[in-house]
Amino acid sequence: MARVADERQSLFSFFKDQLRPRGKLITPFNVISIPVIIAGVIILFFRFTQGLGATTNLSQQNPWGIWIGFDVVTGVAFAGGAYVLTFAVYVMRMDKFHPIIRATVLNGFLAYVFYAGALVFDLGRPWHVINPVIGNAFGYNSVLFLVAWHFMLYMTAEFVEFSPVITEWLGLKKARRVANSLTLAAVILGISLSTLHQSGLGALFLMAKPKIHPLWYSEFIPIFFFVSSIFAGISMVIFESTISHRVFKMQMGPGSHERLNEIIIGLARGATIAMFVYYFFKALIFIHDDQWALIKGFWGAWYLTEVLGFVLVPMVLFAYGSRHKAVGIIKIAAVLTLIGVLLNRLNISVIAFNWNVADKYIPHWMEIVVTLTVVFSEIWIFRWIVNRMPVMREPGALGSPNRKRELQSLN
Amino acid sequence: MNRRNFFRLSGMASIALMAKTAEASHGPRPGAPEFWGVLVDTTRCIGCRSCEVACGEENGMFVPDVENDGALETLRTTDETQWTVVNHFETSKGDVFVKRQCMHCWQPACTAACLTKAMEKTELGPVIWHENRCMGCRFCMVSCPFDVPKFEYDSWNPKIQKCIMCWHRTSVGDKPACVESCPTDALIFGHKRDLMEIARMRIYNHPEKYVHKIYGEHEVGGTGWLYLSAVPFEEIGFRMDLGTTPYPEYTKDFLYGVPLVLLGFPALLAGMNLMTRPENDEESGVHGE
Ligand code: SF4
Ligand code: SF4
Repeated sequence: MARVADERQSLFSFFKDQLRPRGKLITPFNVISIPVIIAGVIILFFRFTQGLGATTNLSQQNPWGIWIGFDVVTGVAFAGGAYVLTFAVYVMRMDKFHPIIRATVLNGFLAYVFYAGALVFDLGRPWHVINPVIGNAFGYNSVLFLVAWHFMLYMTAEFVEFSPVITEWLGLKKARRVANSLTLAAVILGISLSTLHQSGLGALFLMAKPKIHPLWYSEFIPIFFFVSSIFAGISMVIFESTISHRVFKMQMGPGSHERLNEIIIGLARGATIAMFVYYFFKALIFIHDDQWALIKGFWGAWYLTEVLGFVLVPMVLFAYGSRHKAVGIIKIAAVLTLIGVLLNRLNISVIAFNWNVADKYIPHWMEIVVTLTVVFSEIWIFRWIVNRMPVMREPGALGSPNRKRELQSLN
Repeated sequence: MNRRNFFRLSGMASIALMAKTAEASHGPRPGAPEFWGVLVDTTRCIGCRSCEVACGEENGMFVPDVENDGALETLRTTDETQWTVVNHFETSKGDVFVKRQCMHCWQPACTAACLTKAMEKTELGPVIWHENRCMGCRFCMVSCPFDVPKFEYDSWNPKIQKCIMCWHRTSVGDKPACVESCPTDALIFGHKRDLMEIARMRIYNHPEKYVHKIYGEHEVGGTGWLYLSAVPFEEIGFRMDLGTTPYPEYTKDFLYGVPLVLLGFPALLAGMNLMTRPENDEESGVHGE
């Protein structure tokens, strides 16, 4: 009995300790993000009490704005790194990428929770979001139904993939073994689901055929979305691990810098291949549909900006960088790619959507603040977890240093 | 086993409850009653807007002041307060008035888009909306080729607003309010087969009066509302580039592929994992932790 009480006591003090903030409070990131998050919460209050019109520039012509086009459609593409890397590490056993797998999975999971979760802000009647889940109104034939279900299942899979880290943090040995044994199954399910909902996000726009500029519309949008989510995800991993490496430096062991560079070069190779496939498809369709005639005026130039400036150029840079081991160039390529994918997703969902309509949608500043709120909140949670759980630390180093004591008392 | 059944079976085995994707057809089931529709003869419309008034009164919506509001001077679309509007066009053959509302497509994009079945193609043809199911995602608005569903952006509890062909009346075989209110019989309520016959007969009897096309006969796979016109339909605000493919078809291939991926991919991935397993690796599955 006493032992149980003891354990409970120590567990309680453990959580109390873990909830305490770590590190300095006044950092540039905090100074910017805290006011934005506060403003975002206030705006959301008005959004839910006065309707979407009070805080957004959405209209009857433009029913979807950046809360869908950026948060959900782009955010999920950027989160593609998790399924790409779990494929490499767990299915293909490429050990090289192992050091960044936990951070990537965590990022993927949080991205889904926050970015796909932001969908709720955009729903006019969010209390009915439960309808397609509990089965009193299954719209089986809807692409959105499929995407919604896959989001939920995928989040579960990601959580299972990440759960070994949580069990290590809590020092639960038995649970860790169980969690570990589920990893491969979760990975396989996760990859299958990702294939479908990444392409499914593209399939959402298939019925908007008369509204999307013909340079962006194609019956192959789902395939484009899937393939581009591979290099979008990889680029995000490069981008994010570069930043994490700076911010969480003290958590990483010696030699981590060289190892990260090796990883980035390997990732660049993967991105090059995926982008080549994407380009090949794009070119095929361009020739097959005779799209030359459409390359004119603003939209033609805008299209070329996207596919030349932000797909072709970074593809060449990736190829060059991985061949000559030029990590700096690879990082530039990653940023260009991210911009390219952002442009592509926004073009299809917002910019070239209803391109010929007089009243064009331009996001309201409040929409932008809420979007930033979502992004910053995700980073906050990410940082909170990384500072506490063994995400960046060498795999195998159980628990945080001040957790050692409790670990011993538990075992 | 035909293709559809194969997909249905494999779908049922798949984990994501997608079994019914193969049923993506929105057409009438065999033995179902014929769909109701309305024929609009724009050559008969005098722009009195009685239908707008009748619609507002019948459905508890905004009732326009047709005498004084001068609304015919601007080109309007239906909105969240009005399910139908009449527009005025100056054409090569003089003034033409066109009533617009939901087309009540035979295979609607909006119902295929809806993930809660809030949009419903009823067995009698009218496409209706269920308040207790809709979650306000506005995917129906993105998908509808005629931009018909409208959303109440200024309400905390917004509704989708669109013509439901007076479902409370048509469900028992009565005419919609607009049809009843029309003083010139520009609107005729009936089954599409009969309406097509009337329309064809009018074109046949007055070949010089009408363009030889019935809008809605084939557009987007056929619509419940049909239009006759004296001038080319482009001149009176109709899109001619919507095609004749029913819109749900555009997503069908993708939805068919879903069960295949869900069944095939896990096997494929597990196989790859096995193939890359080193000889001496005792433990299957997890690795590297
Ligand atoms: S016109 Fe639009 S809203 Fe009306 S049935 Fe067709 S797709 Fe649905
Ligand atoms: S807004 Fe409502 S009716 Fe339209 S697709 Fe979404 S849930 Fe269905």
